[in-house]
Amino acid sequence: MTSLPQPAMGKKLGLVIDLDICVGCHACAVNCKEWNTGGHAAPLTDRDPYGSDPAGVWFNRIHSFEAGDGAAGRTVHFPKSCLHCEQPACVEVCPTGASYKRSEDGIVLVNEDLCIGCKLCSWACPYGAREYDWDQGVMKKCTLCIDRIYNERLEVEERVPACVSTCPASARHFGDLGDPDSKVSAIVRERGGYDLLPELGYKPVNKYLPPRSPRTAVGSTGAAASLAPVVKAEPGGFLHWIDRILSR
Amino acid sequence: MHPALSVIAFTTASGAGYGLLAFLGLLAPMGWLPGSTGFALLATGLALAAIAGGLLSSTLHLGHPERAWRALSQWRSSWLSREGLAAVLTFVPAGLFAAAWVFGGVASALLGLLAAVGAVATVYCTAMIYASLKPVQRWHNGWVAPNYLAMAAMTGALWLHLLCRLFAFPAPAVALLAVVATACALALKLGYWRFIDTTAAASTPESATGLGRIGKVRLLEAPHTSENYLLEEMGFRIARKHAARLRVIALVAGFAVPLLLALLALLSDGLAGALAAVLAAPIATAGVLVERWLFFAEARHTVMLYYGAAAA
Repeated sequence: MTSLPQPAMGKKLGLVIDLDICVGCHACAVNCKEWNTGGHAAPLTDRDPYGSDPAGVWFNRIHSFEAGDGAAGRTVHFPKSCLHCEQPACVEVCPTGASYKRSEDGIVLVNEDLCIGCKLCSWACPYGAREYDWDQGVMKKCTLCIDRIYNERLEVEERVPACVSTCPASARHFGDLGDPDSKVSAIVRERGGYDLLPELGYKPVNKYLPPRSPRTAVGSTGAAASLAPVVKAEPGGFLHWIDRILSR
Repeated sequence: MHPALSVIAFTTASGAGYGLLAFLGLLAPMGWLPGSTGFALLATGLALAAIAGGLLSSTLHLGHPERAWRALSQWRSSWLSREGLAAVLTFVPAGLFAAAWVFGGVASALLGLLAAVGAVATVYCTAMIYASLKPVQRWHNGWVAPNYLAMAAMTGALWLHLLCRLFAFPAPAVALLAVVATACALALKLGYWRFIDTTAAASTPESATGLGRIGKVRLLEAPHTSENYLLEEMGFRIARKHAARLRVIALVAGFAVPLLLALLALLSDGLAGALAAVLAAPIATAGVLVERWLFFAEARHTVMLYYGAAAA
């Protein structure tokens, strides 16, 4: 059913992405492609994969932006994947029932056996989370690694989305954003996590943590205000004599 | 937005077909149209062929056309599903109306009214598919549905007038209808263009990234060096480059020339009027094809904010 499930669901699984520490290495995107081309939505096909103009299905893309000018300007690496919105228009516009939002955890998925490939869901998503698989004629999207997070064959610490498990900077967090006591909810509260395109009213579950204020003031990094002298020259000593000779 | 040819052909053809069907269903029972079997056959045949052809063409852009029947199931939430259902349901009174008129010589007022209601509902659903999409501000507004309805009425009325003239049937009411519908469509299209030209963008790179708190946001590096589905589907730019010229073409061919020809046909009962009526419908249809192309090409999707667009 493409009508949204009733708000009975308390659980809202999602990601929290820390823009302060993302280094833009694209490892999350690569591991996402790697895992998911063998996972729930497999395969993630490519068009002309070994040719001069390759294009293909990815669930996670890392954009890099500049914000502000001059000394206040920042380079911000910006990973973007499905935000598993609370008001996912992509689900509501689906004419076949292929797109759906799970009532038990809020994950938005596509049933590829029902998808007719009309692409309307991708038009309805303001974030570009859905990518059409030209090869298979169906729409594909992030599954929040539903085949990892509940997978009892994996070690407990591996039961997180592939992007989260691979991030070398720990810029990505996974958890239940519907639970105010969860670790991710706490981080969002502390750091002022925010929604993308809030004016459209999709109520994304995924949150972004803003870059921290730059530390430009003297001493703000914990280092001393000025460097210690290289030579600690006691008056009258040998080093003092060397210092005087060399300072001429 | 990428203008899929099958969708453009579909909305133009079925729009004209539903417009024609609605006017046939309303006017034939009132005795305002030629009563001959030939006219009934040609007119209902043209309307149903345009509708059916358009619907078939719309399935061409699907990844899995063989599953198209599944699209009838989600009418509770999806305008696309509602459109499919309305189209299928409209075939019932429309087919019965056509059969009774052609084979029985009776234009049923009830069946005609039901067919007309179905036609209007289907065109409205088509328009709402676009008008319900919040990421495309130039579609998500109150001008879209009236424009679709007016253009269906315009092309339908012009084709009906053409058919009347082909059967040498003096139909001043139909001629007047064509003039009024074309004038309405012109006014609504101008209103739509004025709206999209003067309305400030709802979303910006700052709101898309949330980085506006730092300052002006610009793309430093795209996530990928080659194309992807999003850029091909939402980032279509070819027609946008020629938008100004295409607007003139759409305005002249789609609305201005048909309006003048329809006026000429209204005022002249002779050969000149007949010729004007015969020319007006195909020219307007070609103009609407260009207009529909522009409707897609001028639409800006918010996803492009993540790829360097300044507004959406």
